[in-house]
Amino acid sequence: MSADTLTPAATHDDHAGHDDTGPHGTLRGYLIGFVLSVVLTAIPFALVMSGYLDPTSTAIIVLGMALVQIVVHMVFFLHMTTRAEGGWSFLALMFTLVVVIVTLAGSIWVMYHMNANMMPMSPAAMSQQ
Amino acid sequence: MNAQTHEDFGGATPVFYDLDEHDHPAGGSTALGFWMYLMSDCLIFAILFACYAVLGHSYAGGPGPKQLFELPLVALNTAMLLLSSLTYGFAMLTLERKGASVRAVQGWLALTGLFGLAFLCIELYEFSHLIHEGAGPQRSAFLSSFFTLVGTHGLHVTFGLIWLATLIVQLGTHGIGPDNKRRLMCLGMFWHFLDVIWIGVFTIVYLMGVLA
Repeated sequence: MSADTLTPAATHDDHAGHDDTGPHGTLRGYLIGFVLSVVLTAIPFALVMSGYLDPTSTAIIVLGMALVQIVVHMVFFLHMTTRAEGGWSFLALMFTLVVVIVTLAGSIWVMYHMNANMMPMSPAAMSQQ
Repeated sequence: MNAQTHEDFGGATPVFYDLDEHDHPAGGSTALGFWMYLMSDCLIFAILFACYAVLGHSYAGGPGPKQLFELPLVALNTAMLLLSSLTYGFAMLTLERKGASVRAVQGWLALTGLFGLAFLCIELYEFSHLIHEGAGPQRSAFLSSFFTLVGTHGLHVTFGLIWLATLIVQLGTHGIGPDNKRRLMCLGMFWHFLDVIWIGVFTIVYLMGVLA
């Protein structure tokens, strides 16, 4: 960011007038986002409700489509770009993503092992060891 | 003094940097600030999702997702929220048009509100149905974490609706100005963000729950 904060004074007029309220969507963008979201929602629901595929492949497709749909919403509805707000929005998003992944993966991992290894035992089972 | 200038910079033309604090008009950093709030909200939901992931299989001998969840109802709910996102987008497009009429923007916002209200009603119907069946939040760890996660999302939608109603009134009294545009942009981010969270809810809680 040092290059950005030390720009010569002349170029600072580039973002003159802060009244612009962020990036705008277009009708086309909203419609593309909507159609993609409908498709990416309908397929998982149809797969789970019909039981067309085996559970493992269904789970993979359902989770994959959810991830794609989140990206679709970010791009077409929230107008997320790597350059919005001088890149700071994207940086905050990436940081949040790291914390979210650590929270989710860490909790599931640790608690799964606690469940598997620290199940309460009856006195009879204890004495057998 | 004059002779010294160019020699000191090794013959290169000196570049001047403007280090003074600039005038920052009100609202210049609102978008980034509000985005930061949304990210912190995202962390709240991450923790609730983690709770659900950990506790979601502890049924305490009670009913599980397969017996409780009705996917057609959830699909309808998802459709309501998705449609409300689209109509909010239309409200923003109308707002940005030159010479936009306040009535048109209010109309799209009201439609968004109706879809949001429909979402909330369906969710409350589902909750009351579950509680009536004896599957309330106190039944098992699975249901406690389910009600906390989905309820927190529903609470966000409720406050979004209150905010929406407030802005419809403000548009009526103050018209379309930079202030109201900024407020509508923030609510838009909030509204679309709730839709993103809902993708996680219907995938992890409902679809994966019924599938397991």
